[in-house]
Amino acid sequence: MSIIVLKPGMQSSFQDLGRVGYQQLGIPVTGVMDTRAHQLANLLVGNDCDQASLEITLTGPTLEFTQPCCIALTGADLSPTLNGQPIAQNRPIVVRELDTLAFGQRRTGTRAYLAIHGGFKLTPALGSNSTHMRCEIGGWEGRALKRGDRIKFNQALASQDLEGLAQELWSIKIYLPTTLAAHARSRVRMITSEQFQDFTPQSQHALTSETFRISPDSERMGYRLQGPEITLSKPRQMISEAATFGSIQVPAGGQPIILMADRQTTGGYPKIGYVATVDLPTLAQMGPGDTFKFELIGLDEAQALDAQRSKAFAALAKNIASVRNHILKHYP
Amino acid sequence: MPAFKIRAQGDRCLSVDFGSEIDVQTGLLCLSAAQALRLAKLPGVTDIVPSYTSVALHYQPDADSTLTNFRALSNAISSLLEAGIPSFTTDGREVEIPVCYGGAHGPDLAYVAQTTGLTEAQVIEVHTKPGTMVFMLGFAPGAPYIGVHDPVFALPRRDVPRTAVPAGSVAIANRQSTIYPNRLPGGWHVLGATPLKLFGLERTPPTLLMPGDRVKFVPISVAEFDRIAAEQQQDMSK
Repeated sequence: MSIIVLKPGMQSSFQDLGRVGYQQLGIPVTGVMDTRAHQLANLLVGNDCDQASLEITLTGPTLEFTQPCCIALTGADLSPTLNGQPIAQNRPIVVRELDTLAFGQRRTGTRAYLAIHGGFKLTPALGSNSTHMRCEIGGWEGRALKRGDRIKFNQALASQDLEGLAQELWSIKIYLPTTLAAHARSRVRMITSEQFQDFTPQSQHALTSETFRISPDSERMGYRLQGPEITLSKPRQMISEAATFGSIQVPAGGQPIILMADRQTTGGYPKIGYVATVDLPTLAQMGPGDTFKFELIGLDEAQALDAQRSKAFAALAKNIASVRNHILKHYP
Repeated sequence: MPAFKIRAQGDRCLSVDFGSEIDVQTGLLCLSAAQALRLAKLPGVTDIVPSYTSVALHYQPDADSTLTNFRALSNAISSLLEAGIPSFTTDGREVEIPVCYGGAHGPDLAYVAQTTGLTEAQVIEVHTKPGTMVFMLGFAPGAPYIGVHDPVFALPRRDVPRTAVPAGSVAIANRQSTIYPNRLPGGWHVLGATPLKLFGLERTPPTLLMPGDRVKFVPISVAEFDRIAAEQQQDMSK
């Protein structure tokens, strides 16, 4: 039971919730850019959220399935089709033997996530299936998919009645609470750093009043922003320290860089703030050329929003437990 | 009890700061605190990352835990550290790093000699002085920040970083050394190269060096470099 890669797409790589626990050795966490979409995809096929999904960037791959299985697509809408017929996102989908999954035009977002019931058969590196492409570790051979790759999955549907299962799954109503729905936001919420006061008053003002554009060389490691120049009141020698997903670094040129999933574990640039975790998925779905404004919120509010989302996921997992039960009936 | 300050690094990480200068005493304090915090197994904490002057704790919100917000975690850490921090212990790890200085492996040795007013032999002598340690790893898997070297090595980084520095390159800047685990861009002054492999999944732990390791650089010839490199290659293919 495999997926055969007929076309690899622009950059399709396996990612999970990251290679946690090794940052003190300089090993980047990597993992999915959009945690929300990844977790949702797994829930929809009855998986635990730490199963690896395929992160698909802008131009999707073409994949052939050698055995029946159950999949879900979330995140960016890249016009997915199964054997040429459009398929729904954010729903469990039954795939038959030799079906071909393909993608077309990008309608919204930047990254789509493909999860499969039972998960992909990968060899974990340091406890994670996330692909770290620069170091060539994890995921599928440490790299993005190539034409001709055959990736095994762990479980195939055994049922003779795939049509019945498809009907059953289709009849299940799946309501996404607003906290879990992907909605385009023009504002990205952030928390200031302790160095915020060291930036000029003009920079502090410009940060939240002016628009930033994501530059073309932005990718999984970091987003470079184009916008008003952000400068320190006086130059400051920084000592390298731990870096986080969402840190907003400001190098000497004055154009901020937001550290993303493939960030280094440490950094030595001044930081003006941190993107609130709850808005990292929004940012992950933005791409080169997209624009946004920052909005300042407090740490307590950011943590409350983060906790709310965790709770919403727990509630959703409960509500759609029936999906898992339906699927499981059709597996050996 | 040493003074420390806790600050949020966004909503999923906090830093415990022990100072604002790079020195061995502060570095050891960070390593001691990191060790104590690791043993405490605070719920929700996923990564504990010591650096020159602080220890970062990355954490995840967890519906079952009351500790995973900044305030609660700060309080827990404060009471833990205020109760006393046992001194950092490794198993007396001292790691010898063989380095082939100058020549093709060390393109900046002459520049560093010229800038510091030392001879090339004196630069090597200063670099191999004992008493340096790994403060932290970062930049790339297994890449160490080693210090603190003699003040004569207080050189700023190159104005224009190189787009590619070979794996194993040993380089200095700002009284510190680093070693490039693989081919990477970099702006430090390359004095030489080690044939040792700094990172590999086949090894446990996957890095040659760990925070707190004492480091001794040992000069070797080109012939020795080639011999050790060949041995490493063989070990790899086993």
